[in-house]
Amino acid sequence: MIELTVNGTRHRVDVVPEMPLLWVLRDELGITSPKYGCGVAQCGTCTVQIDGMAVRSCQAHIGEVAGKSVVTLEGLEKKEQNPVIQAWIEHQVPQCGYCQTGQIMQAISLLDLISNPTDDEINQVMSGNLCRCGTYPRIRAAIHAAAAKKMAEK
Amino acid sequence: MGHMQDLSRRAFVFGSAAIAGGIAFGAYGTAEAAATAGDNPLISGLGPNSVTFNPWVEISPDKITLIAQHADIGQGVGSIQPIMIAEEMDLDPDQFEVRFAGPSPAYFNTGFADELAPFVAADQSPAAEEARAKMLEWLRQAGLQMTGGSSTLPDTYEKLRVAGAVARETLKAAAAKRSGIAVADLRTQSGHVILPNGTRIAYVDLCADAAKIPPVLDAKPRDPSKWRMLGKPMTRLDIRDKVMGELKFGIDMKMEGMLYAAVKLNPGKGQPLKSYDASKARAMPGVKKVLELKTGIAVIATNSWYAMKAADAVMCEWMPSAYPAEQADHWKVLESSFKPEFLGKEWRKIGDINAALKTGKLVEAEYRAPYVGHQPLEPLNGIGLVTDNGMEIWVGHQSPRFVQYVAATAIGLKPEQVTFHNQWTGGSFGHRLEYENVRVLAEIANQMKGTPIKLVFSREEDFLQDIPRQIAIARHRGSVDKSRIVAADLQVASTAPFKGLLERSGTPTKDPDGQLAAGLWNVYYDIPNFRGTSYEAQGLSPCTTWRSVGASTSGFFTESFIDELIHAAGLDPMKARIAMCTVPHYRKVLETVAEMSDWKGPLGNGRGRGVAFVESFGTPTAEVVEVTKTERGIRIDKVWVAVDVGKVIDPVNFENQVQGGVIWGLGHAINCELTYANGAVQQTNYNHHEAMRIYQCPVIEVRGLENDPKVRGLGEPPVPPAAPALANAIFAATGQRIRQMPFNKFIDFV
Repeated sequence: MIELTVNGTRHRVDVVPEMPLLWVLRDELGITSPKYGCGVAQCGTCTVQIDGMAVRSCQAHIGEVAGKSVVTLEGLEKKEQNPVIQAWIEHQVPQCGYCQTGQIMQAISLLDLISNPTDDEINQVMSGNLCRCGTYPRIRAAIHAAAAKKMAEK
Repeated sequence: MGHMQDLSRRAFVFGSAAIAGGIAFGAYGTAEAAATAGDNPLISGLGPNSVTFNPWVEISPDKITLIAQHADIGQGVGSIQPIMIAEEMDLDPDQFEVRFAGPSPAYFNTGFADELAPFVAADQSPAAEEARAKMLEWLRQAGLQMTGGSSTLPDTYEKLRVAGAVARETLKAAAAKRSGIAVADLRTQSGHVILPNGTRIAYVDLCADAAKIPPVLDAKPRDPSKWRMLGKPMTRLDIRDKVMGELKFGIDMKMEGMLYAAVKLNPGKGQPLKSYDASKARAMPGVKKVLELKTGIAVIATNSWYAMKAADAVMCEWMPSAYPAEQADHWKVLESSFKPEFLGKEWRKIGDINAALKTGKLVEAEYRAPYVGHQPLEPLNGIGLVTDNGMEIWVGHQSPRFVQYVAATAIGLKPEQVTFHNQWTGGSFGHRLEYENVRVLAEIANQMKGTPIKLVFSREEDFLQDIPRQIAIARHRGSVDKSRIVAADLQVASTAPFKGLLERSGTPTKDPDGQLAAGLWNVYYDIPNFRGTSYEAQGLSPCTTWRSVGASTSGFFTESFIDELIHAAGLDPMKARIAMCTVPHYRKVLETVAEMSDWKGPLGNGRGRGVAFVESFGTPTAEVVEVTKTERGIRIDKVWVAVDVGKVIDPVNFENQVQGGVIWGLGHAINCELTYANGAVQQTNYNHHEAMRIYQCPVIEVRGLENDPKVRGLGEPPVPPAAPALANAIFAATGQRIRQMPFNKFIDFV
């Protein structure tokens, strides 16, 4: 049995320690906002936070996550008020939406690191997150809007 | 039978045909597309005291349900379809539920009529319209239910607004009968009929009354000037749930007692398994069973990851592919297909092409486009359950009736024994018109009778089984004389994408593939001697429709070659196109993009602009791409797009779709191809087939025009001009003419 905390709740799962966190979340715990896209850290659609850092959950073995705190989009605190979430809705970023939970988790992490990123900084941090529908112009606009909103709140 | 917790609202009892309470009347206003009462598939699922007016509207005492006929593959039609009905019914966006349509001929796609009739889109002569009417009748009889060909709005713009108007007027008639007040004195607002004294009667309280009166079939949709929602920026119904991570895609579904499956299939697409050794896989964690399938093996396990790992560990020997094992031989087959025995069709011929090619300066060029993958981020998946009664399948797909056919055929059932539940999908781009997941899921569920099985393809398996975009070679010739293009002889040899899809759907045709005419014959320039000919290469990889289909390759070939001719004639690429364009409102599209980009000829200093114009699926689209040659390679700075769709229904989604189409077109042109080695595709994840990432994404400015007499679709038309506009821009910046995709084989990109 491996113990981990997801979105503030403790879970015990009976799986092999090499199993990626992504699949534990999805298939064992029924937490589906982290998506399976590539399995090899090429698409970013499985992005979650481990101890506050954005990571690709397809690359984190569950054995190494034991005892750590995992936050998925479902478990974001005050989600409705999160400036990134609000900007994503206002700018209507999604098309199919499959990559967007990963994009949002990455964007939240970006704004934690850089409060007012330039387009170049957005490009650098967000380039690991693929979007096949091509919502990139809206992702950029939403990140700028979220940054402005976050700074206005301070 | 298992209970599908996430899908309870969509649950449908197998074999139920009882109509409990209420009556249903099916027909609606327009004779052309009306489904008759007997055809309304909602009748059999109605609850007590409920009513359905047509295949798109259902009202029960507790809720209003609107049916989305076309599948949502990210293009937003899960939102725009019900909103068109809601506009006419005076419903607010939070006053109804949306359900995807089940399989039924009532949902045949009228929007395919234009694309399938043998006339170019700009031809609206009586003969062309007559051919389209005949095609519409054929579509009705065939009951062809398919999302694709950028046809959702052309198909539904009229009929869904009529469906909503019929519902509204019938509800008013029911309220009139109950209250004794004349219909003319009633109005509707926010899901209620309003009496002159201000009394509000909710639609849901009127459904039992509405079921007892004849429907008002002559109801007319409102004039667009009266629209509350349509034509104005609106919030897509799915945005919030997608942003909050609450929307369940097909891959997120669960059933009680479900087991997980992964597959390893013959990478020589469609060929059988020769032998296998699963001894190692059987001993791996979580593994329940290893099953033999016609074209490979499946592992059943307690979660998807265990199943995928074990499927990986099964040693398989495959029968060889039916197509050449090595990529070089695919190109050789194409090269030798420009022969009469492979002729698809001479689609269009004007003037005396052979004589004209002998006058003036001759220009000849060969162009190439490779196989490309679809690879939406949500891999192929599905849930299947086979019982003694038949099969239930939960899968996101664009062709519900063909899913029934393919699943049934795979396991010896009749199509009507397969119950299909459509799902939200994480993209498609043509992938979810094919059936690899459906076919093997049926086989697996049949071997696991009574247990719900969730199948998820690994990304690698999805790449290996992805039926690619057509591969094509163009051999174009033309001549210029006295600053004028006098001849263009366009010849393309290609695999046949739409023909292949129809065959795998159980409806084979011997007709030439009309998609090989797209971008090849619908050329609207005043060129006095013109010929467009397709050849269909035989024995190559199966191919299928990929976002914008034939025009994705021929649009690149034609508009690059036209650019070559324009340069040979010493003309400006934009001014020449505008001057040559023969259709006034198409010319306006070019003029608009020239104005948006402030086109003034060459830029100099390593910067360059290219323009391209392609009409696909009836939608004329012009794009200007601007690039800069830097030390690290070509940087795409900006794109301007003008599109005429007749009517912009949702300006926000319109812009998002156009930008997405441009990014799709540019990204794949830059760096994507699928190549075969030893019968298998060599690219099996996104690091080898990447397309565009955000760092390469230019600023994209979009303008929608409304001059076309018909409402046109938008999912695909922004794609075809992107690649030639980029190639033409690179030529302008560097003098290098790139005639083969992907471009990064010939030039570096930032």
